[in-house]
Amino acid sequence: MTAVLSCQGVRKVFGEAVVLDGLDLDVAEHEVVALIGASGSGKSTLLRCVNLLEEVDDGMIHLDGAHITDPRVNPDRVRRKIGIVFQAYNLFPHLSVLDNITLAPVRVHKRRPAEAREQALALLARIGLAEKASAYPDRLSGGQQQRVAIVRALVNSPRLLLLDEVTSALDPELVGEVLDLIRDLKADGMTMVLATHEMTFARQVADRVCFLDAGRILEQGPPEQVLDNPVEPRTQQFLRRLAPA
Amino acid sequence: MTRLVDGAPPLSAVQLDRIAWRRRQSIRSILVAAASTAVLGVLLVVAVTGAPGWDRVRASFLDPSIAADALPDILRGLWLNVRLLFFCALGSLALGLVIALLRTLRGPVFFPVRALATSYTYTFRGLPLIIVIYVLTLGVPGLRLQGMPSVLVLGGAALVLTYSGYLAEVFRAGIESVHPSQVAAARSLGLTYRQAMRHVVLPQAVRRVAPPLLNDTVALQKDVGLVSLAGPIDAVRAAQISTAEHFNYTPYIVAGVLFVLLAIPLIAVTDWVTLRAARRQAGR
Repeated sequence: MTAVLSCQGVRKVFGEAVVLDGLDLDVAEHEVVALIGASGSGKSTLLRCVNLLEEVDDGMIHLDGAHITDPRVNPDRVRRKIGIVFQAYNLFPHLSVLDNITLAPVRVHKRRPAEAREQALALLARIGLAEKASAYPDRLSGGQQQRVAIVRALVNSPRLLLLDEVTSALDPELVGEVLDLIRDLKADGMTMVLATHEMTFARQVADRVCFLDAGRILEQGPPEQVLDNPVEPRTQQFLRRLAPA
Repeated sequence: MTRLVDGAPPLSAVQLDRIAWRRRQSIRSILVAAASTAVLGVLLVVAVTGAPGWDRVRASFLDPSIAADALPDILRGLWLNVRLLFFCALGSLALGLVIALLRTLRGPVFFPVRALATSYTYTFRGLPLIIVIYVLTLGVPGLRLQGMPSVLVLGGAALVLTYSGYLAEVFRAGIESVHPSQVAAARSLGLTYRQAMRHVVLPQAVRRVAPPLLNDTVALQKDVGLVSLAGPIDAVRAAQISTAEHFNYTPYIVAGVLFVLLAIPLIAVTDWVTLRAARRQAGR
């Protein structure tokens, strides 16, 4: 089985700071990989590099075997195959929920508006937000906005879904509804890479947990192994600090 | 018992007392405002009409028969102002938006375009409008080119050149006020730079800067009259001619009143748009 995503020796430098330092990561089809690690360990930067929102400073990233960090590759074509959901939702405030979702299908994938609308409404119904279709994002709760953002990324049928701290900006009682949706996606077989601070969630949904430290994957494996019996002292220290919370 | 909504619990005595007190307060405020307005108005009228030179001023600035006599010419001139305003406002908005967009283009290919757009906004914001009008209406026809447009069109072009410099900067401020995360979200969905600009950035930018754009349009409304420097007779020029004929300043007052009346709808729209934008940001 070839990997959907393959990162080899990825390096990213911001000024003096080396954020990613020769990072390697392969993600197989239908696999869910959780990236954990302290703030600044490079989780978000890795996701932004995969989506070509940041240029890598060395190394290669392949998507379905195609080299996407080649500067001759059209980034717009690559991004059409990858969905990303941000911590701050980043919904378009001037568009209704429905128009947020159908913007890319209609403008990028040249789908018929009526057809895109129907698909969007069906997805909204599935996440229980059908009655919010014509509402504007500022009338929705944080959890509802984040679920709409996930649907907006899904409607393009991406090969890979990147989730960047999608519950970090949410009130605790709203986290559950977003995590439920992600659990459903896993059941549907969506290949996902998620950066998260929610260890319980990483344990429930991830096939593999990767602990990032100083721009590399220091330790990885099944959740119970990495989270319960970490080998590396840095991992143990990180998890110990989280433990009381 | 007073009830706000059927089924809602009756209001407590404390709340009823509060409501009654607030009502008394607002009635008092209205009475005080009315009284102070009346006092100030009377004082103004007494001060002006009681001035030693009031009769002379009234005769040379507020003569009803001269006003009636000058009105048709001034109205004819005002119609020119209205037409010029319409076309110049549309022209400056369109050109300003194009220049703002050119300034945001990235990549080495666009360096000359960017530099040109930037120097355009520097030049035409710095150059006095009167000089632009003179150069276009007196200098350009001197070239004796084939198919030279009328002085009116050239004067309008001068207005468009100057005002699009200002409006371009307003548009650019709006474009830059849209958070980069919005572009990131649009690009991550596969939208090209142009699509992200067209469907995500510009709609938000224009909404945000609508009040200052309209404000500049109100300023343009007064400046369109300056084309009369080149010959066409606008409302102010018509008033000037009438003033010279009658040796009386009343026509200026007539033109002034007409300009204010013309500006009221535009200013009202500006206030309404500003208010709506503020409400929207407050999330109501």
